[in-house]
Amino acid sequence: MPEFDTLISARDAIRSKQVSAVELTRRALERIAQLEPRIQAFNSVADERAMGRAKAVDAGEITGALAGMPIALKDNLCTSWGTTTCSSKMLENFRAPYDATVVKKLEAAGAVIVGKTNLDEFAMGSSTENSAFKTTRNPWDTDRVPGGSSGGSAAALAAGMCVASIGSDTGGSIRQPAALCGLVGLKPTYGRVSRYGLVAFASSLDQVGPFGRTVADTALMMNVISGHDRKDSTSVPSAVPDYLADLETPLKGLRLGIVKEYDLASGIDPEVKRAVDAAVAMYKQLGATIVDVSLPTTPYGIAAYYVIAPCEASSNLARYDGVHFGHRTKEPVNDIIELFSKSRAEGFGEEVQRRIMIGTYALSSGYYDAYYVRALQLRTLIRRDFDNAFSQCDAIVCPTSPIPAFKAGEKSGDPLQMYLCDVFTVTCNIAGIAGISIPCGFTAGEKPLPIGLQLLGPNFSEEKLLRIARMYEAATEWHTRRAPLA
Amino acid sequence: MPENPDKDRLSVEDVRHVARLARLALDEERLAKFTPQLESILEYVAKIREADVTGVPPMAHALPLANVLREDVVEASLPIEQVLQNAPETDGRFFKVPKILGGDEDSAG
Repeated sequence: MPEFDTLISARDAIRSKQVSAVELTRRALERIAQLEPRIQAFNSVADERAMGRAKAVDAGEITGALAGMPIALKDNLCTSWGTTTCSSKMLENFRAPYDATVVKKLEAAGAVIVGKTNLDEFAMGSSTENSAFKTTRNPWDTDRVPGGSSGGSAAALAAGMCVASIGSDTGGSIRQPAALCGLVGLKPTYGRVSRYGLVAFASSLDQVGPFGRTVADTALMMNVISGHDRKDSTSVPSAVPDYLADLETPLKGLRLGIVKEYDLASGIDPEVKRAVDAAVAMYKQLGATIVDVSLPTTPYGIAAYYVIAPCEASSNLARYDGVHFGHRTKEPVNDIIELFSKSRAEGFGEEVQRRIMIGTYALSSGYYDAYYVRALQLRTLIRRDFDNAFSQCDAIVCPTSPIPAFKAGEKSGDPLQMYLCDVFTVTCNIAGIAGISIPCGFTAGEKPLPIGLQLLGPNFSEEKLLRIARMYEAATEWHTRRAPLA
Repeated sequence: MPENPDKDRLSVEDVRHVARLARLALDEERLAKFTPQLESILEYVAKIREADVTGVPPMAHALPLANVLREDVVEASLPIEQVLQNAPETDGRFFKVPKILGGDEDSAG
Protein backbone atom coordinates (compact mmCIF):
# COMPACT_ATOMS: atom_id res chain seq x y z
CA MET A 1 0.00 0.00 0.00
CA PRO A 2 1.44 3.40 -0.94
CA GLU A 3 2.38 5.81 1.82
CA PHE A 4 0.44 9.08 2.17
CA ASP A 5 -2.47 7.84 0.08
CA THR A 6 -5.06 10.14 1.61
CA LEU A 7 -5.24 13.83 0.73
CA ILE A 8 -4.82 15.05 4.30
CA SER A 9 -1.89 12.71 5.05
CA ALA A 10 -0.19 13.73 1.80
CA ARG A 11 -0.74 17.42 2.53
CA ASP A 12 0.70 17.03 6.05
CA ALA A 13 3.65 15.02 4.74
CA ILE A 14 4.52 17.79 2.32
CA ARG A 15 4.09 20.52 4.90
CA SER A 16 6.34 18.69 7.38
CA LYS A 17 8.88 18.00 4.60
CA GLN A 18 8.56 14.23 5.05
CA VAL A 19 8.17 14.02 1.32
CA SER A 20 8.57 16.46 -1.57
CA ALA A 21 5.90 17.28 -4.12
CA VAL A 22 8.14 15.86 -6.83
CA GLU A 23 8.48 12.58 -4.92
CA LEU A 24 4.73 12.37 -4.30
CA THR A 25 3.93 13.08 -7.94
CA ARG A 26 6.59 10.64 -9.14
CA ARG A 27 5.04 7.91 -6.96
CA ALA A 28 1.56 8.63 -8.33
CA LEU A 29 2.86 8.50 -11.92
CA GLU A 30 4.73 5.25 -11.22
CA ARG A 31 1.63 3.74 -9.70
CA ILE A 32 -0.33 4.76 -12.82
CA ALA A 33 2.34 3.22 -15.09
CA GLN A 34 2.33 0.02 -13.04
CA LEU A 35 -1.43 -0.49 -12.67
CA GLU A 36 -2.96 1.20 -15.69
CA PRO A 37 -2.78 -1.93 -17.88
CA ARG A 38 -5.09 -3.64 -15.35
CA ILE A 39 -7.29 -0.73 -14.25
CA GLN A 40 -7.63 1.38 -17.43
CA ALA A 41 -8.61 4.47 -15.45
CA PHE A 42 -7.01 7.19 -17.58
CA ASN A 43 -7.75 8.58 -21.02
CA SER A 44 -4.60 10.68 -20.82
CA VAL A 45 -1.76 11.10 -18.33
CA ALA A 46 -0.10 14.50 -18.00
CA ASP A 47 3.33 13.27 -16.80
CA GLU A 48 5.49 16.17 -17.85
CA ARG A 49 3.08 18.89 -16.92
CA ALA A 50 2.49 17.26 -13.51
CA MET A 51 6.23 16.95 -12.79
CA GLY A 52 6.73 20.58 -13.83
CA ARG A 53 4.07 21.75 -11.41
CA ALA A 54 5.42 19.53 -8.62
CA LYS A 55 8.87 21.11 -9.07
CA ALA A 56 7.29 24.55 -8.87
CA VAL A 57 5.61 23.53 -5.60
CA ASP A 58 8.93 22.38 -4.15
CA ALA A 59 10.52 25.64 -5.28
CA GLY A 60 7.83 27.55 -3.40
CA GLU A 61 6.47 29.06 -6.61
CA ILE A 62 3.10 27.32 -6.18
CA THR A 63 1.38 27.26 -2.81
CA GLY A 64 -2.11 26.64 -1.51
CA ALA A 65 -4.39 24.20 0.31
CA LEU A 66 -3.67 21.44 -2.24
CA ALA A 67 -0.01 22.29 -2.96
CA GLY A 68 1.64 19.27 -4.57
CA MET A 69 -1.41 16.99 -4.32
CA PRO A 70 -1.68 14.49 -7.21
CA ILE A 71 -5.29 14.74 -8.34
CA ALA A 72 -7.16 13.04 -11.20
CA LEU A 73 -9.78 14.84 -13.27
CA LYS A 74 -12.77 13.39 -15.10
CA ASP A 75 -12.25 13.80 -18.83
CA ASN A 76 -15.40 15.88 -19.28
CA LEU A 77 -13.83 18.93 -17.63
CA CYS A 78 -12.12 21.30 -20.01
CA THR A 79 -8.40 21.93 -19.66
CA SER A 80 -6.45 24.40 -21.77
CA TRP A 81 -3.81 21.66 -22.16
CA GLY A 82 -4.17 18.12 -23.50
CA THR A 83 -7.45 16.77 -24.79
CA THR A 84 -10.97 16.81 -23.34
CA THR A 85 -12.62 13.76 -24.89
CA CYS A 86 -15.71 12.88 -22.80
CA SER A 87 -14.65 9.31 -23.76
CA SER A 88 -16.33 9.91 -27.11
CA LYS A 89 -15.07 9.46 -30.65
CA MET A 90 -16.86 12.75 -31.27
CA LEU A 91 -14.31 14.63 -29.13
CA GLU A 92 -11.34 12.27 -29.47
CA ASN A 93 -9.03 15.11 -30.61
CA PHE A 94 -10.80 18.04 -28.96
CA ARG A 95 -8.48 20.59 -27.37
CA ALA A 96 -10.40 22.99 -25.16
CA PRO A 97 -9.38 26.63 -25.46
CA TYR A 98 -9.88 27.30 -21.74
CA ASP A 99 -9.85 25.75 -18.26
CA ALA A 100 -13.03 24.82 -16.43
CA THR A 101 -13.51 26.96 -13.32
CA VAL A 102 -13.05 23.88 -11.13
CA VAL A 103 -9.69 23.23 -12.84
CA LYS A 104 -8.64 26.84 -12.27
CA LYS A 105 -9.58 26.62 -8.60
CA LEU A 106 -7.76 23.31 -8.11
CA GLU A 107 -4.60 24.62 -9.73
CA ALA A 108 -4.81 27.97 -7.94
CA ALA A 109 -4.79 25.88 -4.75
CA GLY A 110 -1.62 24.13 -5.93
CA ALA A 111 -3.08 20.81 -7.11
CA VAL A 112 -0.99 18.69 -9.49
CA ILE A 113 -3.36 17.20 -12.05
CA VAL A 114 -1.89 13.83 -13.05
CA GLY A 115 -4.33 12.99 -15.82
CA LYS A 116 -7.84 12.82 -17.15
CA THR A 117 -9.99 9.84 -16.34
CA ASN A 118 -12.27 7.56 -18.30
CA LEU A 119 -16.06 7.88 -18.13
CA ASP A 120 -19.18 6.58 -19.78
CA GLU A 121 -19.39 8.56 -23.00
CA PHE A 122 -20.65 12.08 -22.20
CA ALA A 123 -21.27 10.80 -18.63
CA MET A 124 -24.17 8.62 -19.75
CA GLY A 125 -24.01 5.33 -17.90
CA SER A 126 -23.42 3.56 -14.60
CA SER A 127 -20.48 1.28 -15.39
CA THR A 128 -17.90 3.14 -17.55
CA GLU A 129 -18.53 0.46 -20.19
CA ASN A 130 -20.03 3.10 -22.47
CA SER A 131 -16.61 4.70 -23.03
CA ALA A 132 -15.53 4.73 -26.67
CA PHE A 133 -11.96 3.97 -25.61
CA LYS A 134 -11.78 1.46 -22.76
CA THR A 135 -13.63 -0.23 -19.92
CA THR A 136 -12.25 0.79 -16.55
CA ARG A 137 -11.93 -2.01 -14.01
CA ASN A 138 -12.77 -2.04 -10.32
CA PRO A 139 -9.56 -2.21 -8.23
CA TRP A 140 -11.34 -4.48 -5.72
CA ASP A 141 -12.03 -7.08 -8.41
CA THR A 142 -10.80 -6.37 -11.91
CA ASP A 143 -13.49 -8.62 -13.44
CA ARG A 144 -15.99 -6.00 -12.27
CA VAL A 145 -16.93 -2.45 -13.24
CA PRO A 146 -16.05 0.56 -11.04
CA GLY A 147 -19.52 2.06 -11.55
CA GLY A 148 -20.10 5.17 -13.56
CA SER A 149 -20.15 7.47 -15.10
CA SER A 150 -17.13 8.82 -13.14
CA GLY A 151 -15.67 5.30 -12.99
CA GLY A 152 -12.15 6.33 -14.02
CA SER A 153 -11.90 8.94 -11.25
CA ALA A 154 -13.16 6.43 -8.68
CA ALA A 155 -10.91 3.58 -9.85
CA ALA A 156 -7.83 5.85 -10.03
CA LEU A 157 -8.29 6.91 -6.42
CA ALA A 158 -9.15 3.41 -5.16
CA ALA A 159 -6.01 2.12 -6.91
CA GLY A 160 -3.79 4.77 -5.27
CA MET A 161 -2.97 6.56 -8.53
CA CYS A 162 -3.89 9.93 -6.95
CA VAL A 163 -4.88 11.19 -3.51
CA ALA A 164 -8.26 12.65 -4.54
CA SER A 165 -10.22 13.03 -7.74
CA ILE A 166 -12.98 14.99 -9.41
CA GLY A 167 -16.14 13.64 -11.00
CA SER A 168 -19.50 14.92 -12.15
CA ASP A 169 -22.89 13.68 -11.01
CA THR A 170 -26.06 13.98 -13.14
CA GLY A 171 -27.97 11.02 -11.68
CA GLY A 172 -25.50 9.35 -9.33
CA SER A 173 -22.28 9.44 -11.35
CA ILE A 174 -20.12 10.36 -8.34
CA ARG A 175 -21.97 8.59 -5.52
CA GLN A 176 -22.50 5.22 -7.24
CA PRO A 177 -18.85 4.70 -8.33
CA ALA A 178 -17.75 5.92 -4.86
CA ALA A 179 -19.95 3.19 -3.37
CA LEU A 180 -18.69 0.51 -5.75
CA CYS A 181 -15.02 1.45 -5.18
CA GLY A 182 -15.12 1.97 -1.40
CA LEU A 183 -14.69 5.77 -1.44
CA VAL A 184 -16.39 8.90 -0.22
CA GLY A 185 -18.16 10.76 -3.05
CA LEU A 186 -20.12 14.00 -2.73
CA LYS A 187 -22.74 15.39 -5.09
CA PRO A 188 -23.02 19.05 -4.06
CA THR A 189 -26.25 21.04 -4.09
CA TYR A 190 -27.05 22.30 -7.58
CA GLY A 191 -25.29 25.65 -7.82
CA ARG A 192 -22.68 25.04 -5.12
CA VAL A 193 -19.90 24.32 -7.65
CA SER A 194 -19.43 26.08 -10.99
CA ARG A 195 -20.30 24.09 -14.11
CA TYR A 196 -18.30 26.43 -16.36
CA GLY A 197 -16.11 24.19 -18.52
CA LEU A 198 -17.96 21.00 -17.59
CA VAL A 199 -19.13 19.51 -20.89
CA ALA A 200 -22.91 19.64 -20.59
CA PHE A 201 -25.02 16.47 -20.40
CA ALA A 202 -28.22 17.60 -18.63
CA SER A 203 -27.67 21.17 -17.52
CA SER A 204 -30.35 21.34 -14.82
CA LEU A 205 -29.02 18.14 -13.19
CA ASP A 206 -25.22 18.23 -13.71
CA GLN A 207 -22.96 19.07 -10.80
CA VAL A 208 -19.19 18.70 -10.30
CA GLY A 209 -17.98 17.09 -7.07
CA PRO A 210 -15.09 15.33 -5.33
CA PHE A 211 -14.03 11.79 -4.48
CA GLY A 212 -11.94 11.29 -1.34
CA ARG A 213 -10.70 8.31 0.62
CA THR A 214 -12.03 9.95 3.79
CA VAL A 215 -14.68 12.45 4.73
CA ALA A 216 -12.00 15.01 5.66
CA ASP A 217 -10.34 14.61 2.25
CA THR A 218 -13.70 15.23 0.61
CA ALA A 219 -14.33 18.27 2.82
CA LEU A 220 -10.96 19.77 1.86
CA MET A 221 -11.73 19.29 -1.84
CA MET A 222 -15.10 21.00 -1.34
CA ASN A 223 -13.35 23.96 0.34
CA VAL A 224 -11.36 24.43 -2.85
CA ILE A 225 -13.93 23.86 -5.61
CA SER A 226 -17.09 25.45 -4.14
CA GLY A 227 -18.34 28.95 -4.71
CA HIS A 228 -20.02 31.39 -7.02
CA ASP A 229 -18.70 31.90 -10.53
CA ARG A 230 -19.86 34.74 -12.70
CA LYS A 231 -19.29 32.53 -15.71
CA ASP A 232 -22.01 30.13 -14.45
CA SER A 233 -25.14 32.09 -13.63
CA THR A 234 -26.67 28.97 -12.06
CA SER A 235 -23.93 28.97 -9.42
CA VAL A 236 -25.14 30.43 -6.15
CA PRO A 237 -23.68 33.64 -4.70
CA SER A 238 -23.60 32.50 -1.07
CA ALA A 239 -20.56 32.20 1.18
CA VAL A 240 -18.68 28.89 1.28
CA PRO A 241 -18.19 27.59 4.81
CA ASP A 242 -14.93 25.92 5.89
CA TYR A 243 -16.10 22.32 5.60
CA LEU A 244 -13.19 21.12 7.77
CA ALA A 245 -13.76 23.54 10.65
CA ASP A 246 -16.38 21.62 12.61
CA LEU A 247 -15.99 18.24 10.94
CA GLU A 248 -14.97 16.46 14.14
CA THR A 249 -17.89 17.87 16.13
CA PRO A 250 -20.70 15.32 16.21
CA LEU A 251 -24.15 16.65 15.46
CA LYS A 252 -26.24 16.88 18.64
CA GLY A 253 -29.83 15.64 18.43
CA LEU A 254 -29.23 14.14 14.99
CA ARG A 255 -32.41 12.86 13.31
CA LEU A 256 -31.98 10.48 10.41
CA GLY A 257 -34.87 9.58 8.12
CA ILE A 258 -35.57 6.11 6.78
CA VAL A 259 -37.70 6.19 3.64
CA LYS A 260 -40.48 3.65 3.89
CA GLU A 261 -40.88 3.42 0.10
CA TYR A 262 -37.18 2.54 -0.25
CA ASP A 263 -37.68 -0.54 1.93
CA LEU A 264 -40.19 -1.78 -0.61
CA ALA A 265 -37.92 -1.15 -3.60
CA SER A 266 -37.20 -4.43 -5.25
CA GLY A 267 -33.80 -5.72 -6.24
CA ILE A 268 -31.81 -4.66 -3.16
CA ASP A 269 -28.98 -7.11 -2.64
CA PRO A 270 -29.34 -8.77 0.81
CA GLU A 271 -25.73 -7.97 1.69
CA VAL A 272 -26.28 -4.30 0.83
CA LYS A 273 -29.44 -4.28 2.96
CA ARG A 274 -27.60 -5.86 5.89
CA ALA A 275 -24.74 -3.36 5.71
CA VAL A 276 -27.09 -0.37 5.53
CA ASP A 277 -29.22 -1.67 8.41
CA ALA A 278 -26.05 -2.12 10.46
CA ALA A 279 -25.00 1.44 9.64
CA VAL A 280 -28.38 2.74 10.83
CA ALA A 281 -27.92 0.74 14.05
CA MET A 282 -24.48 2.32 14.46
CA TYR A 283 -25.98 5.81 14.11
CA LYS A 284 -28.50 4.90 16.84
CA GLN A 285 -25.60 3.91 19.08
CA LEU A 286 -24.02 7.26 18.31
CA GLY A 287 -27.15 8.97 19.65
CA ALA A 288 -29.15 9.55 16.46
CA THR A 289 -32.93 9.35 16.47
CA ILE A 290 -34.27 7.36 13.54
CA VAL A 291 -37.55 8.64 12.07
CA ASP A 292 -39.73 7.16 9.34
CA VAL A 293 -40.27 9.49 6.42
CA SER A 294 -42.20 9.07 3.20
CA LEU A 295 -41.30 9.96 -0.37
CA PRO A 296 -44.54 8.96 -2.12
CA THR A 297 -43.19 9.82 -5.59
CA THR A 298 -40.44 7.18 -5.30
CA PRO A 299 -42.02 4.83 -7.88
CA TYR A 300 -41.79 7.61 -10.50
CA GLY A 301 -38.22 8.78 -9.81
CA ILE A 302 -36.35 6.79 -12.44
CA ALA A 303 -39.06 7.33 -15.04
CA ALA A 304 -39.03 11.12 -14.52
CA TYR A 305 -35.22 11.12 -14.66
CA TYR A 306 -35.08 9.12 -17.87
CA VAL A 307 -37.34 11.70 -19.49
CA ILE A 308 -35.73 14.90 -18.15
CA ALA A 309 -32.09 13.87 -18.60
CA PRO A 310 -32.44 12.60 -22.21
CA CYS A 311 -34.52 15.65 -23.17
CA GLU A 312 -31.80 17.99 -21.94
CA ALA A 313 -29.12 15.76 -23.49
CA SER A 314 -30.78 15.75 -26.90
CA SER A 315 -30.79 19.53 -26.81
CA ASN A 316 -27.24 19.94 -25.39
CA LEU A 317 -25.72 17.44 -27.80
CA ALA A 318 -27.25 19.16 -30.82
CA ARG A 319 -24.07 21.27 -30.86
CA TYR A 320 -22.04 18.31 -32.19
CA ASP A 321 -22.62 18.93 -35.85
CA GLY A 322 -19.29 18.14 -37.50
CA VAL A 323 -18.85 21.83 -38.37
CA HIS A 324 -17.53 23.81 -35.40
CA PHE A 325 -15.60 21.12 -33.56
CA GLY A 326 -15.61 17.37 -33.09
CA HIS A 327 -15.85 14.49 -35.52
CA ARG A 328 -16.79 15.08 -39.17
CA THR A 329 -17.68 12.21 -41.50
CA LYS A 330 -15.29 11.44 -44.33
CA GLU A 331 -18.13 9.90 -46.36
CA PRO A 332 -19.37 11.89 -49.34
CA VAL A 333 -22.46 13.95 -48.49
CA ASN A 334 -25.04 15.71 -50.62
CA ASP A 335 -26.08 18.41 -48.21
CA ILE A 336 -25.50 19.89 -44.78
CA ILE A 337 -28.18 17.72 -43.10
CA GLU A 338 -26.40 14.63 -44.32
CA LEU A 339 -23.12 16.01 -43.03
CA PHE A 340 -24.68 16.49 -39.57
CA SER A 341 -26.44 13.13 -39.57
CA LYS A 342 -23.52 11.01 -40.72
CA SER A 343 -21.03 12.80 -38.47
CA ARG A 344 -23.30 12.26 -35.46
CA ALA A 345 -24.03 8.62 -36.32
CA GLU A 346 -20.29 7.93 -36.55
CA GLY A 347 -19.15 10.09 -33.63
CA PHE A 348 -21.66 9.10 -30.93
CA GLY A 349 -21.74 5.67 -29.29
CA GLU A 350 -24.89 3.59 -28.86
CA GLU A 351 -25.96 4.76 -25.40
CA VAL A 352 -25.56 8.42 -26.33
CA GLN A 353 -27.61 7.81 -29.48
CA ARG A 354 -30.31 6.01 -27.49
CA ARG A 355 -30.61 8.91 -25.07
CA ILE A 356 -30.69 11.48 -27.86
CA MET A 357 -33.45 9.39 -29.47
CA ILE A 358 -35.49 9.18 -26.26
CA GLY A 359 -35.10 12.90 -25.66
CA THR A 360 -35.97 13.79 -29.24
CA TYR A 361 -39.05 11.55 -29.08
CA ALA A 362 -40.21 13.00 -25.75
CA LEU A 363 -39.76 16.58 -26.99
CA SER A 364 -41.34 16.02 -30.37
CA SER A 365 -44.68 17.42 -31.40
CA GLY A 366 -47.58 15.49 -29.81
CA TYR A 367 -45.44 13.97 -27.03
CA TYR A 368 -44.02 17.04 -25.33
CA ASP A 369 -46.87 17.47 -22.80
CA ALA A 370 -47.28 13.75 -22.14
CA TYR A 371 -43.59 13.20 -21.40
CA TYR A 372 -41.53 16.31 -20.79
CA VAL A 373 -44.03 18.62 -19.08
CA ARG A 374 -45.40 15.77 -16.99
CA ALA A 375 -41.89 14.79 -15.89
CA LEU A 376 -41.30 18.41 -14.83
CA GLN A 377 -44.56 18.38 -12.86
CA LEU A 378 -43.35 15.23 -11.14
CA ARG A 379 -40.11 17.06 -10.48
CA THR A 380 -42.08 19.58 -8.40
CA LEU A 381 -43.71 16.74 -6.47
CA ILE A 382 -40.36 14.98 -5.90
CA ARG A 383 -38.95 18.23 -4.57
CA ARG A 384 -41.97 18.71 -2.27
CA ASP A 385 -41.54 15.15 -0.97
CA PHE A 386 -37.96 15.94 0.02
CA ASP A 387 -38.98 19.26 1.61
CA ASN A 388 -41.55 17.41 3.71
CA ALA A 389 -39.08 14.70 4.67
CA PHE A 390 -36.42 17.23 5.67
CA SER A 391 -38.90 18.97 7.98
CA GLN A 392 -38.74 15.77 10.04
CA CYS A 393 -35.05 14.84 9.79
CA ASP A 394 -31.57 16.27 9.19
CA ALA A 395 -30.75 13.73 6.48
CA ILE A 396 -32.12 10.65 4.79
CA VAL A 397 -30.08 7.46 5.06
CA CYS A 398 -30.33 4.71 2.42
CA PRO A 399 -28.16 2.53 0.17
CA THR A 400 -26.28 4.35 -2.59
CA SER A 401 -26.59 1.47 -5.06
CA PRO A 402 -28.95 -1.48 -4.64
CA ILE A 403 -26.14 -3.82 -5.68
CA PRO A 404 -22.37 -4.00 -5.28
CA ALA A 405 -20.04 -3.84 -8.31
CA PHE A 406 -21.24 -6.12 -11.10
CA LYS A 407 -19.21 -7.98 -13.68
CA ALA A 408 -18.21 -6.19 -16.88
CA GLY A 409 -20.64 -7.18 -19.61
CA GLU A 410 -23.26 -8.43 -17.14
CA LYS A 411 -25.73 -5.58 -17.70
CA SER A 412 -24.52 -3.86 -20.83
CA GLY A 413 -26.99 -5.70 -23.08
CA ASP A 414 -30.10 -4.31 -21.40
CA PRO A 415 -30.16 -0.52 -21.04
CA LEU A 416 -33.35 -0.44 -18.97
CA GLN A 417 -31.94 -2.87 -16.37
CA MET A 418 -28.91 -0.59 -16.06
CA TYR A 419 -31.17 2.46 -15.54
CA LEU A 420 -33.07 0.73 -12.73
CA CYS A 421 -29.84 0.57 -10.67
CA ASP A 422 -30.07 4.36 -10.28
CA VAL A 423 -33.17 4.15 -8.06
CA PHE A 424 -31.58 5.73 -4.94
CA THR A 425 -29.48 8.40 -6.64
CA VAL A 426 -31.47 10.13 -9.40
CA THR A 427 -34.04 11.98 -7.26
CA CYS A 428 -31.23 13.92 -5.54
CA ASN A 429 -30.35 15.51 -8.90
CA ILE A 430 -34.00 16.00 -9.85
CA ALA A 431 -34.59 17.94 -6.62
CA GLY A 432 -31.18 19.67 -6.74
CA ILE A 433 -30.28 18.66 -3.16
CA ALA A 434 -26.95 17.41 -1.76
CA GLY A 435 -25.94 13.76 -1.34
CA ILE A 436 -22.90 11.84 -0.17
CA SER A 437 -21.85 8.19 -0.32
CA ILE A 438 -19.53 6.72 2.31
CA PRO A 439 -18.12 3.20 2.74
CA CYS A 440 -20.30 1.09 5.08
CA GLY A 441 -19.12 -2.47 4.65
CA PHE A 442 -18.09 -5.23 2.29
CA THR A 443 -19.65 -8.27 0.77
CA ALA A 444 -18.49 -11.68 1.97
CA GLY A 445 -16.45 -13.95 -0.26
CA GLU A 446 -12.99 -14.30 -1.69
CA LYS A 447 -12.95 -10.84 -3.26
CA PRO A 448 -14.92 -8.60 -0.90
CA LEU A 449 -16.69 -5.74 -2.66
CA PRO A 450 -17.33 -2.34 -1.05
CA ILE A 451 -20.86 -1.23 -0.09
CA GLY A 452 -21.90 2.42 0.03
CA LEU A 453 -24.21 4.26 2.42
CA GLN A 454 -25.96 7.32 1.04
CA LEU A 455 -26.90 10.39 3.08
CA LEU A 456 -29.19 12.93 1.41
CA GLY A 457 -29.66 16.42 2.81
CA PRO A 458 -31.49 19.64 1.91
CA ASN A 459 -30.00 22.41 -0.24
CA PHE A 460 -26.60 23.58 0.99
CA SER A 461 -26.46 20.98 3.77
CA GLU A 462 -22.97 19.85 2.70
CA GLU A 463 -21.40 20.96 5.97
CA LYS A 464 -23.95 19.00 7.98
CA LEU A 465 -23.79 15.96 5.69
CA LEU A 466 -20.02 15.81 5.98
CA ARG A 467 -20.25 16.00 9.78
CA ILE A 468 -22.89 13.27 9.87
CA ALA A 469 -20.73 11.14 7.55
CA ARG A 470 -17.67 11.78 9.75
CA MET A 471 -19.55 10.58 12.87
CA TYR A 472 -19.99 7.18 11.25
CA GLU A 473 -16.51 7.10 9.76
CA ALA A 474 -14.91 7.89 13.13
CA ALA A 475 -16.69 4.89 14.63
CA THR A 476 -15.85 2.41 11.85
CA GLU A 477 -12.80 1.26 9.92
CA TRP A 478 -14.18 0.59 6.43
CA HIS A 479 -12.40 3.64 5.00
CA THR A 480 -9.01 2.30 6.10
CA ARG A 481 -9.22 -0.79 3.88
CA ARG A 482 -7.43 -0.80 0.54
CA ALA A 483 -8.07 -2.65 -2.68
CA PRO A 484 -5.81 -5.73 -2.87
CA LEU A 485 -3.47 -4.58 -5.68
CA ALA A 486 0.14 -5.67 -5.71
CA MET B 1 -45.62 7.82 -36.20
CA PRO B 2 -48.57 7.10 -33.90
CA GLU B 3 -50.93 10.00 -33.23
CA ASN B 4 -52.02 8.78 -29.82
CA PRO B 5 -49.45 9.32 -27.04
CA ASP B 6 -50.98 6.44 -25.04
CA LYS B 7 -50.08 4.04 -27.76
CA ASP B 8 -46.58 2.87 -26.92
CA ARG B 9 -45.87 0.44 -29.71
CA LEU B 10 -42.98 1.66 -31.79
CA SER B 11 -42.31 0.64 -35.36
CA VAL B 12 -38.98 0.78 -37.13
CA GLU B 13 -40.54 3.61 -39.18
CA ASP B 14 -41.23 5.61 -35.99
CA VAL B 15 -37.63 5.14 -34.93
CA ARG B 16 -36.42 6.15 -38.38
CA HIS B 17 -38.51 9.34 -38.10
CA VAL B 18 -37.07 10.21 -34.68
CA ALA B 19 -33.55 9.50 -35.95
CA ARG B 20 -34.19 11.96 -38.78
CA LEU B 21 -35.33 14.62 -36.28
CA ALA B 22 -32.25 13.89 -34.15
CA ARG B 23 -29.91 14.17 -37.16
CA LEU B 24 -28.62 10.64 -36.72
CA ALA B 25 -28.03 8.64 -39.90
CA LEU B 26 -28.65 5.25 -38.32
CA ASP B 27 -28.23 2.15 -40.48
CA GLU B 28 -30.89 -0.56 -40.70
CA GLU B 29 -29.10 -2.76 -38.20
CA ARG B 30 -28.99 -0.01 -35.57
CA LEU B 31 -32.65 0.93 -36.23
CA ALA B 32 -33.67 -2.69 -35.75
CA LYS B 33 -31.66 -2.94 -32.54
CA PHE B 34 -32.98 0.34 -31.12
CA THR B 35 -36.67 -0.28 -31.85
CA PRO B 36 -37.36 -2.84 -29.08
CA GLN B 37 -34.92 -1.13 -26.70
CA LEU B 38 -36.55 2.28 -27.08
CA GLU B 39 -39.96 0.66 -26.85
CA SER B 40 -39.15 -0.94 -23.50
CA ILE B 41 -37.62 2.29 -22.15
CA LEU B 42 -40.61 4.35 -23.31
CA GLU B 43 -42.99 1.77 -21.88
CA TYR B 44 -41.18 2.08 -18.55
CA VAL B 45 -41.08 5.89 -18.46
CA ALA B 46 -44.76 6.02 -19.47
CA LYS B 47 -45.54 5.19 -15.83
CA ILE B 48 -45.19 8.93 -15.13
CA ARG B 49 -48.65 9.19 -16.69
CA GLU B 50 -50.08 7.27 -13.71
CA ALA B 51 -49.11 10.02 -11.27
CA ASP B 52 -51.70 12.63 -10.34
CA VAL B 53 -50.14 15.96 -11.30
CA THR B 54 -53.34 17.99 -11.51
CA GLY B 55 -52.59 21.66 -10.91
CA VAL B 56 -48.89 21.01 -10.20
CA PRO B 57 -46.60 23.58 -11.82
CA PRO B 58 -43.68 22.15 -13.82
CA MET B 59 -40.22 22.73 -12.38
CA ALA B 60 -37.54 23.21 -15.00
CA HIS B 61 -34.82 24.09 -12.56
CA ALA B 62 -33.88 23.30 -8.96
CA LEU B 63 -32.90 26.81 -7.89
CA PRO B 64 -35.06 29.82 -7.16
CA LEU B 65 -32.71 31.93 -9.31
CA ALA B 66 -34.32 33.86 -12.13
CA ASN B 67 -33.12 36.60 -14.44
CA VAL B 68 -29.52 36.69 -13.29
CA LEU B 69 -28.40 39.99 -14.77
CA ARG B 70 -25.08 41.69 -15.23
CA GLU B 71 -23.88 44.93 -16.73
CA ASP B 72 -23.75 44.77 -20.52
CA VAL B 73 -20.02 45.36 -20.78
CA VAL B 74 -17.89 44.21 -23.67
CA GLU B 75 -15.17 41.85 -22.52
CA ALA B 76 -12.36 40.06 -24.29
CA SER B 77 -13.51 37.03 -26.32
CA LEU B 78 -11.48 34.07 -27.47
CA PRO B 79 -9.06 34.87 -30.29
CA ILE B 80 -10.32 33.63 -33.67
CA GLU B 81 -7.49 31.08 -34.01
CA GLN B 82 -8.65 29.43 -30.80
CA VAL B 83 -12.29 29.50 -31.84
CA LEU B 84 -11.35 27.74 -35.07
CA GLN B 85 -8.68 25.42 -33.68
CA ASN B 86 -10.99 22.39 -33.37
CA ALA B 87 -12.96 22.86 -36.58
CA PRO B 88 -12.77 19.98 -39.04
CA GLU B 89 -12.36 22.41 -41.94
CA THR B 90 -11.78 26.16 -42.06
CA ASP B 91 -11.20 28.82 -44.66
CA GLY B 92 -9.48 31.90 -43.31
CA ARG B 93 -11.74 33.29 -40.60
CA PHE B 94 -14.61 30.94 -41.44
CA PHE B 95 -15.91 27.47 -40.67
CA LYS B 96 -16.12 25.56 -43.91
CA VAL B 97 -19.00 23.25 -44.84
CA PRO B 98 -19.85 21.39 -48.07
CA LYS B 99 -21.77 23.21 -50.75
CA ILE B 100 -25.44 23.38 -49.79
CA LEU B 101 -27.96 22.80 -52.57
CA GLY B 102 -31.72 22.67 -52.10
CA GLY B 103 -33.81 23.25 -48.94
CA ASP B 104 -34.25 21.38 -45.70
CA GLU B 105 -37.84 20.17 -46.01
CA ASP B 106 -38.06 18.37 -42.66
CA SER B 107 -36.56 21.09 -40.49
CA ALA B 108 -39.95 21.87 -38.91
CA GLY B 109 -39.68 18.53 -36.99
